[in-house]
Formats: sequence, C-alpha cells, structure tokens
Amino acid sequence: MSPVIKRKGEKFTLPSKYLLLILTILCTLLMLITFGTDVFNRPLNTVVGYVVVPFQQGIAKVGGWLSSRSEELVQIRTLLDENARLKEEIARLTEENTLLQQDKYELNNLRALMDLSEQYGEYNKVGARIISRDSGNWYSTFIIDKGSDSGFAVDMNVIAGGGLVGRITSVGPNWARVTSIISDNNNVSGMTLSTEDNLMVTGDLRLMSENCITFSQLVDSQNLVAEGDKVVTSNISDKFLPNILIGYISAINKDSNNLTKSGLITPAVDFEHLEEVLVITDRKQTVEE
Amino acid sequence: MLRKFVVTLFVLGGFILQCSVFPKLAFANIIPNLMIVLTSSFGFMRGEKEGLIIGFFCGLLSDIFFGGFLGFYALLLMYIGFLNGKFSRIFYPEDIKLPIALIITSDLSYGVICYILQFMLRSRFQFGYYFSHVILPEVLYTIVATMFLYPLILKVNGKLEDREKRRAQKFV
Repeated sequence: MSPVIKRKGEKFTLPSKYLLLILTILCTLLMLITFGTDVFNRPLNTVVGYVVVPFQQGIAKVGGWLSSRSEELVQIRTLLDENARLKEEIARLTEENTLLQQDKYELNNLRALMDLSEQYGEYNKVGARIISRDSGNWYSTFIIDKGSDSGFAVDMNVIAGGGLVGRITSVGPNWARVTSIISDNNNVSGMTLSTEDNLMVTGDLRLMSENCITFSQLVDSQNLVAEGDKVVTSNISDKFLPNILIGYISAINKDSNNLTKSGLITPAVDFEHLEEVLVITDRKQTVEE
Repeated sequence: MLRKFVVTLFVLGGFILQCSVFPKLAFANIIPNLMIVLTSSFGFMRGEKEGLIIGFFCGLLSDIFFGGFLGFYALLLMYIGFLNGKFSRIFYPEDIKLPIALIITSDLSYGVICYILQFMLRSRFQFGYYFSHVILPEVLYTIVATMFLYPLILKVNGKLEDREKRRAQKFV
C-alpha cells in the first residue's frame, strides 16, 4: 500500500497465506460435499450457463461454418468418386431391402399370431449441437447447447449416427455435459448381439487417439464370439438403455485366467468429427429401493 | 475496478478459447493449457495473492464444466498461482527466460499431479506413455500458445499499471 493513502483508515487487506489457507479449506470442503451430493451444481451451472455458454455457442457456430467451407473444397473430388460407389451400393441395398421387406411381412404376421408387442419401441430423441470440448487432455467430455430447459436430465443416453456416444453427467439450464464412452473414466455394460454374452466396455486414454475402446470380462466358453461381432448395450446396465449399438469387436484375446476374454472394440461413432448428437429423453427404468 | 474487469475478461476469454476454438486446432488430440499460462503469468507479474485468486477461478470454471466434482482443479491451479507469485520479486518485464521456465514447470507439475491423482490411483501405471503422449505434448503446445498470449498479457498489465500509478499520483 502506498504511504500516501495510508493515513485515513487503511483498507483491511488479508495476507495472501491466510487467503490461501481459507480457499484451501473451502476447496477441500467443496470436494468432500460434491463428491457424494450435487447441492451446488444447480446454482453454479445456472450462473455459468448464462455467462459462458452463449459465447461458446457463437464460436461453435462460426467455427462450424468455417470448417464446413474448407471441407467442401477438399471433398468435391472425393465426392465424385464416392457418388459412383454409392450408386452401386444403392442397387445392392434395394435388392436386399426387398428381401428384408418380405421377411418383415412374414415376421409381422407371425408376431400378430403370437400377440407379441414390439420388443422395444422407438425412443424419443432430441437433437443437440456440440459447442465445446474438454479443457484438459485427460478425458473425453463435451458440452451440448441444450439443457434442463429442453427436458434433459443426468443419465440420459446420447447417440449419434446410430451408435452410442455416452451419457449426460451434468446439466445446466441451457447446456449439458456429455461423458463419452471412449473417456478413460467411463464403463458401459454391453453384450454381444449374436451370442448375448455380457462384457464390460471401458474407455482408455491410450487408445483414444486411435478411436478404440477396450472390453473385458467376456465369458465366452464356447468360443462363439469372433472379430467383427456387434456389441450393443446390455439389458442389465443401470444407466444405458438396452440394444443401442456400441461398436464392433476388432481384436479378441484370452485373459491369463483362461476364463474370460478381453480385447478391442471399434466404436460405431466417429468421435473425432462429432458435430450433432441425439439425446434420448427416455430413461432406463430403475427399481425403487 | 478496471483491473478486475480486464482480468475477468482474460479468464473467461481464455477458457472459452481453450474449449471452443483450440479443439479444432489440436495436434494429435492435444490442446494447450491457457489456464496455466494465465494463472502463472499473473502470479509472477502481480504477486501471490492475485495469482492464487486467478488460479482459483480458472480452476473453478474447469471444475464446473468438466470436473467430476468441484474443487479439484481450483485447488491445484490456486497453488500453482501462489507458488508462481513467490517469483514476482525477481521478475522483470524485459526478461523472457523466467516466465517461460515458470510456465513450463507449472504445466509439467500440473500434468504429473493430474496423472498421479486421477490415473495412477486407478491403477494405470504406464507413466512413460502418459508422460510422452499427454503431458509433454501439452507442455510444448502450451509454450507455443505462450509465445502469442504472454506478450499480450504483459502489454495489458503494463498499461494497467501505468494507469494505476497515474491515478495514485493524482490523489497526492
């Protein structure tokens, strides 16, 4: 403090080591409290929602426009090539579709006979745009531009392009945080579609750059699961709705205990180039305790 | 008052840049840590107290948006700001070596502490991998970002200090 203004009632200033001590205690308390509960989340999420999120939305819009312009220029040549290939594929798929239509007709008939309801109905979905990504380099989370005002809540599932992206782990009024399934701190209970064997899908930072996730604890005593098999969310998961596509098995190894298997999964979603996602507003039915 | 406003602008702007713009400029999925640059440069330019307060708020922002629980990054960045503030006595604006060295040390220790508390405790022991693929690239990229950001912070801080001096003289 300058000696000039010291004369009349010097302003009280807290020495920095005491401030450090006070804030340390505050942080520790905050950590302890918010580890189990989420009492502070609602007010804090609301405040930052109105201060930070509008800017992020603006930047995301400008950035998206710029990157799509630059991509357009690059892609014209590849698009011509792709167009020819896709036309061939359409022909093939149309043929396949007619066959499937016939099968479906038959299936519907049989279902009607058996009086079975649809195995799982269409889920309600709401689209949202990604406006920012994790500020650190350790995990893979991102922020979307809609929140509790659009009816979102924690633990709702997020999909994109037909595959599972992750689930909502925090909401504000106009934003929500999505933790993706490739994030290192995330586990999903899945099952192989063909044999209905349960397995545990775990994100791994070391594989994140290769767009891969690991699985473990697959009990496959009859050696039926093979590379290329589809993995979907299992019906025993308590956060994820059943039968959402996670990805395809790309490598499979026997564990040293000779009982279970583990390996790699290639996710169905391209996490590098996600722009929009769909949030499923139905939540997994849980048993009230 | 103006200082508080400018610093708030820096923190918010830095955070928004870091999570909206830099992911599009990321090399190998690594983004620079602007929060460290802000915290430690205000620390060694302005002293312990300002360093720790700015660190606290930078960390709190990351906590609210991306942390599993509140307080972790706030605590970490607060201590980084405080320790950087210890060097404000030997800081001269003309000297670039001390700021660079301090920012490198801060970011390295930030990365290592993050690894120990968030990964090693979950039995991910491949420190070599995480060091060479996450911590070190982050430090390098942060230095590149520092080259652009630090002169700006220095200039703005100089302007603010000039203004504060002039106002203090007016009251004589």
